[in-house]
Amino acid sequence: MKNGSLKQILLLTDGCSNKGEDPSATAALAYQQGITVNVIGILEDDQTESPDGLQEVEDIALSGGGVSQIVYSESLSQTVQMVTKQAMNQTLQGFVNKELRQILGSDQGIEDLEPEKRGEIMEVVEDLGETSDLEVLVLVDTSASMHNKLPTVKEALVDLSISLNSRIGRNKFCIYSFPGKRKDIQLVFDWSPKLDTISTVFPKLTSGGITPTGPAIREAMYQFGKKSLLRSFRHEDESGMEETGY
Amino acid sequence: MKMNQVWKKQGIDLRPGSQIKGKWHHKTYTIQRKLGAGAIGTVYLCNHGDRPAALKISDKGTSMTVEVNVLKSLEKVQGSRLGPSLLDVDDWVSPTGNTYSFYVMEYLQGETMVGFIRKHGKDWIGVFMLQLLEDLEKLHQTGWIFGDLKTENLLVVSSPPTVRWVDVGGTTKQGRAIKEYTEFYDRGYWGLGSRKAEPSYDLFAFVMVFLTIYYPNRFEKEHEATEKLLFKKIDHVNDLIPYRSVLKKALKSGYASSAEMKRDLIHVLNAAKKREFYHKQKPKTSWKRLFMESGGIGVLALMYYLFSLLF
Repeated sequence: MKNGSLKQILLLTDGCSNKGEDPSATAALAYQQGITVNVIGILEDDQTESPDGLQEVEDIALSGGGVSQIVYSESLSQTVQMVTKQAMNQTLQGFVNKELRQILGSDQGIEDLEPEKRGEIMEVVEDLGETSDLEVLVLVDTSASMHNKLPTVKEALVDLSISLNSRIGRNKFCIYSFPGKRKDIQLVFDWSPKLDTISTVFPKLTSGGITPTGPAIREAMYQFGKKSLLRSFRHEDESGMEETGY
Repeated sequence: MKMNQVWKKQGIDLRPGSQIKGKWHHKTYTIQRKLGAGAIGTVYLCNHGDRPAALKISDKGTSMTVEVNVLKSLEKVQGSRLGPSLLDVDDWVSPTGNTYSFYVMEYLQGETMVGFIRKHGKDWIGVFMLQLLEDLEKLHQTGWIFGDLKTENLLVVSSPPTVRWVDVGGTTKQGRAIKEYTEFYDRGYWGLGSRKAEPSYDLFAFVMVFLTIYYPNRFEKEHEATEKLLFKKIDHVNDLIPYRSVLKKALKSGYASSAEMKRDLIHVLNAAKKREFYHKQKPKTSWKRLFMESGGIGVLALMYYLFSLLF
């Protein structure tokens, strides 16, 4: 836990994938490598029921070990930060539960303890959530139907950065959009501790209705890998760099 | 691990008359009616024996545990009742085999602050402001920040009218990131500060609470600078005239503690009283007053005259 921060992919989409591999499978792959996948499905303001396509939202998060939520764009800000924090706690709780199982026996988890003892354990989980470092790769669906939601998405991401930077632990964010030009995903905003500097607008929307969610998640997963490789190089050369960043 | 994953599932709906029996402490509660539902769990009015109590039940075990932790630490604050007192914490296994967490707390009966002030007049604003600031000060001194301070979380209980906090789920340790908030009351939303748990965070929300009384439908961010917009909203309310300067300073996170804000508030309240007194003096020169005053003098003179006759 000490070295290594929590890694999350936050997928924002409004529909169903229609190209490439099954996104649930790639999400499971990411989860296997310690990256949690959270998904937020954004509804049109006049949609009363979630369309069938958004069932996928739940499935991806479930196999990605993360949290999913379907919302109207107006409540996006609150949801984005809630989902992120909830997923963090869920991951940390997973660690704590694993430790507990080793101590208490195979089938025991927090829920099997009496309420009084649970409190103390949750304090530990909360402490961890507050102090651990977090890396979030935001993956935004920029297919045509997302067009009028993008300003809200941007606002919600800035808001997420306010929330997370009020924590004690350090944060890093980056934003990718998909589908990209000739690529599965496209970099919008590179790794940075804060998002309030997003001046870049999302790239021109690609029409045609292609939503390659699966390949996008896979590519996002690779970005995490690349980054840690880069960092390990950096650590060898100039080890003080990371710490002085703050 | 699974505990929080079920949060998309529909909440539990308990019918009046349902019996909830604790798995650990074996106490039985009879559900009366639903009091409200939030992001985490549903609150019911219930009976334990013949005593009413409020029971909060949820499938989010971990979030409930966190809330219980807060309630417990608030109880340690000596000499004042900040939150509702905690009576029991337990689990309930439903007939279908699902396990839910619940806790039972004191049932507070009262009316909303908005309703109370509408009924009993603006004189109570200053009273409630001072009361709230005093409670906040006590809370802050124990190292906690209320976080989700909003009108829905406040209740005026009677005899004597006192503001009580009903939901303390957002209460966060000082120095951390605010756990739960409502956009309208959140300075981060308005771009006027961080979401770090510190006294000035609560004091910002405090101002928004008193604005909500006059803007029950709230209002939204506009294109103009938010600080200017909020200042304008304060200026438009006549009842808030005496408090303007204090409220504006709190919006700018200008107060490091509730005590400091309270001092300023007492100061303006006294100044306002004096001014009011002065304003009331003026119309005293009206004919009616003059007549009454001369009448009074007449009575005195007559008594003096009678006394002088006696001796």
